[in-house]
Amino acid sequence: MSGITRRQALYGGTAALIGAALTAPAAGAASTRSGPTPFSEVYNGRQIQGRSTPGANHHHHGGPDYTVFIDGKELHIMQNADGSWVSVINHYELHSSPRALARAAVNDLQGAELSPLP
Amino acid sequence: MSVRKNQAHLTANEKREFVNALLELKRSGRYDAFVSTHNGFIMNDTDHGDRVAHRSPSFLPWHRKFLLEFERELQRVNSSVTIPYWDWTADRSPDSSLWADDFLGPTGRSTDGQVMTGPFAYQTGNWPISIGMDRRPYLRRSLGSRGVQLPTRAEVNSVLAMATYDMPPWNSGSDGFRNHLEGWRGVDLHNRVHVWVGGHMATGASPNDPVFWLHHCFIDKLWDEWQRAHPDSGYLPATGTANVVGLHDPMRPWNDTTPADMLDHTPHYTYDTA
Repeated sequence: MSGITRRQALYGGTAALIGAALTAPAAGAASTRSGPTPFSEVYNGRQIQGRSTPGANHHHHGGPDYTVFIDGKELHIMQNADGSWVSVINHYELHSSPRALARAAVNDLQGAELSPLP
Repeated sequence: MSVRKNQAHLTANEKREFVNALLELKRSGRYDAFVSTHNGFIMNDTDHGDRVAHRSPSFLPWHRKFLLEFERELQRVNSSVTIPYWDWTADRSPDSSLWADDFLGPTGRSTDGQVMTGPFAYQTGNWPISIGMDRRPYLRRSLGSRGVQLPTRAEVNSVLAMATYDMPPWNSGSDGFRNHLEGWRGVDLHNRVHVWVGGHMATGASPNDPVFWLHHCFIDKLWDEWQRAHPDSGYLPATGTANVVGLHDPMRPWNDTTPADMLDHTPHYTYDTA
């Protein structure tokens, strides 16, 4: 296994972190601004996860306080004015939720790992 | 004076010179700087924050400037080269000459989307992908496989008929010509073509595929057609608006060019058909 990156160390999909996010109250204060509820599943052999990350958007460049990971690596996502979502992998095609976005990204990646965000 | 031509009408020699200039820019590293710039703006342009290159009024002048800068780089390699345009309302098939091996090469193979022949196939050694979302080093496409059709001329005309350039909130939720052309709303012209090509063209690093330039050259031409259809309509917003580039505001990353500077393309190039 290659060395763990700083981002993985900070956000990197450890069971404890994701578990904590999943057990947080869905209607808590954090979700009012962040919108979608968290998810964690295996899709086509990849672990996809999404959760609110209030205050952790220093690398989102003004994006939502919500983060999606594929096998622990962050997928850059963005919410549109109408509430739909795009990612840097499917940037010109609207998706209804971060989970749909994550699944579309897995389909495109065909097993490839995400590169670290610039 | 540079003349930008319909790709379908290029001679074999014009295709060869365009391709060779692209390969030289790639070899020198200057090509990937454009990919990187575009991807950076894609990730930073947001509906409720600063937005310059996408989902905003400056989508059109920003890409006009971006193509001009790219065309100047091509012309440093070969002064006779200009960016051709792809009229995807007319050349709508994966069998079009655009996708032949003497030009951009074909769609990707079904297993991994890899483009296997033509000048930009990975095996040539001339087109390694280094700016991307993952580490796959080969150009990918899936022409027409995502369940969308290329826009028709009637759909284009319905958007060209919109007399107002852009409207509040000046983002992907706007009504008006710019956003319908960009495709976040309505019949969807520009965005849908990115999706139809698939592979890298569907991502923020879409300039990895040379067809990016031909697609945006046609979008630029449609802006010109709109201007001539609506001579009394101008770029909006005219004055300072939060997070948005007004008519006389400088555009990043150049900071020396405003939308007003980009309204008239004729000092730089003309199109083969008026």
